[in-house]
Amino acid sequence: MSPDKAERGHIDSRAELLTCVGVSKIFGGLTAVSDVSFSIPHNSIVSVIGPNGAGKTTFFNMLTGLYKPSVGRISFLGKDVTGTRPDIITRMGVARTFQNIRLFGTMTALENVLVGQHARMKAGIIGSIVRTPAVRREEVRVREVGREILAFVGMPESSFDQLAINLSYGDQRRVEIARALASEPKLLLLDEPTAGMNPNESDRLTDLMRKLRDERDLSILLIEHDMKVVMGVSERVTVLDHGTKIAEGDPVAVRANPAVVEAYLGKQG
Amino acid sequence: MAIASPAQSTPQPKRYSLEGGIPPKVSKALFLALAVFAIVLPFLMDPISSFLSDIIIALAFVIMALGLNVVVGFAGLLDLGYVAFFAIGAYAVGWFASGFFVDANVHIAVSGFVLNLPGIHANFLIVLVVSMVLCMIGGVLIGLPTLRLRGDYIAIVTLAFGEIIRVFAVNGDQISLPFGDAKLTAGRQGITPVDQVQLPFLDQFTQLNLRPWYWLVLALVFITLFVVIRLRDSRLGRAWIAIREDEVAAASMGVPLVKTKLAAYAVGAAIGGVSGAFQASYLNTVNADQFAFSFSIFVLAMIILGGLGSVWGVVFGALLLSFINSYLIPDVLRTVPEKVGLDFELTDLGFGIFGFLLLIVMVLRPEGLLPEKRRQIELTEGVGTGESTFEVNK
Repeated sequence: MSPDKAERGHIDSRAELLTCVGVSKIFGGLTAVSDVSFSIPHNSIVSVIGPNGAGKTTFFNMLTGLYKPSVGRISFLGKDVTGTRPDIITRMGVARTFQNIRLFGTMTALENVLVGQHARMKAGIIGSIVRTPAVRREEVRVREVGREILAFVGMPESSFDQLAINLSYGDQRRVEIARALASEPKLLLLDEPTAGMNPNESDRLTDLMRKLRDERDLSILLIEHDMKVVMGVSERVTVLDHGTKIAEGDPVAVRANPAVVEAYLGKQG
Repeated sequence: MAIASPAQSTPQPKRYSLEGGIPPKVSKALFLALAVFAIVLPFLMDPISSFLSDIIIALAFVIMALGLNVVVGFAGLLDLGYVAFFAIGAYAVGWFASGFFVDANVHIAVSGFVLNLPGIHANFLIVLVVSMVLCMIGGVLIGLPTLRLRGDYIAIVTLAFGEIIRVFAVNGDQISLPFGDAKLTAGRQGITPVDQVQLPFLDQFTQLNLRPWYWLVLALVFITLFVVIRLRDSRLGRAWIAIREDEVAAASMGVPLVKTKLAAYAVGAAIGGVSGAFQASYLNTVNADQFAFSFSIFVLAMIILGGLGSVWGVVFGALLLSFINSYLIPDVLRTVPEKVGLDFELTDLGFGIFGFLLLIVMVLRPEGLLPEKRRQIELTEGVGTGESTFEVNK
């Protein structure tokens, strides 16, 4: 947690929003992520791509605290967050969505977004029982904010009180992004957000990502298989294969990189 | 239940809703009517009738069941050792409102002949607070080792905790406390008598007039209802649903798992302690034999029968099972085996009858008699059964 820890890892973290140095994750005999160094600048959209099983989601899970890196350090906003609990990392300003949507199915769209605001709320046990004026005000405020966020991601007003399991696939993706945004993140991690979407829907999502970066002043880290989305929206692309970083750079350079072509075409072709 | 938009001609996938059932105005009126009826009820019967006594016990079980429902129904943590909090609450009365510690001579906010008795004699309201605090500590203690566990494993640990408390209660008469020749408990002999409750505005609490006992337990039921409903509809209540459905997603949204689960254990335990303290005072004894494993199962059966997570279902389930246990079986149906020419006591079959009832409910209506909508959907849609293993750091 202490800043000198971060310095021992030789992380120049003040310039970047998030920095990883030499991060590895080993499950038993399997090295899922191996010695990846990586950083995310303020106010940017960067992508991680790679074939299936390249370790992208494992990498994500380390950034959000679900996994503890076996080796290496991660720092966020200049603070060492290696092995910090997921809820604390969220409180610090990292929010995420999941590859296979993980909304709370029996809660409404709005309630899901309210859970996202949990870390920004104060109501305790006694306050909630007595319903003090402060708790009442907070409850009114988070509901307003929740509605705003749902409208921002493009949900129609009529769907706010709809249970999450009733929503269409695209809407569920949107609510999941809204829920993540509700925690007021400085870094938003999107794990294959366009999976299962038609081209029209992915276009709208791409627009939304740009809008988020420009209007909400946050950075987005994207895992994505749809190359059109990745190449269109990212400022920088990192390629993982078998857990190691094989290329990094702007989309055009990465696309031309022979190692990347081999990793993809070698598998597919 | 189903909301189908009228313009659709193609068959729609099934839609779920939390709406439906009784409209809020009607249910409010219904609740008020029931509350008024409950308040005047004792005037309609003999103040020492055994039926009134059955109702008092049933209401004490309603409090118990509402408390267990916070842990199992709201937060989704299966607890098989809930009897522990009945025991701790009861011992709060045994220790602090009786002559058990004969060497002590402490009297707090009590009056009458109790002032002349040795031991610690605190007013019931103080004992109530003490029992809640003790139970919350117990709740956190039982919660801590279960935090890394899931599902069935939590159940086993809680079961063991309940047994540990029971064994302490049974053998506590061998455990000396560091002051005087005081022991921890009176074991199977029981601590009896304990102080009669003294409260302003109510008549004397004696075994000859059960009305004050009734109003006291009714007031405790109302307070408990208020507390659990407020908590259910709060930030904490939402966090409980979230961890119940998907721990990984909840943690990733900023819900602290440890704190949220411990809150459920602590609230559930405190409510159990209230009921335990009341029952000890009412039954006028704190006896280690009361704290059997079957008690935990009995309360669990109430909330499953009524509808896990549903406040009104749990109230209904607790009343129903308690009446079957203390009225229907021993009083009404007692002579049935004799009439059909069999020679056994029906009360010996109590648990067999509950088991049979529960089985029928599970087959015909697995979500309980008055189900909670969310739980019902979780059950039919398999929500919340997704993979959820991850490394909880620390």
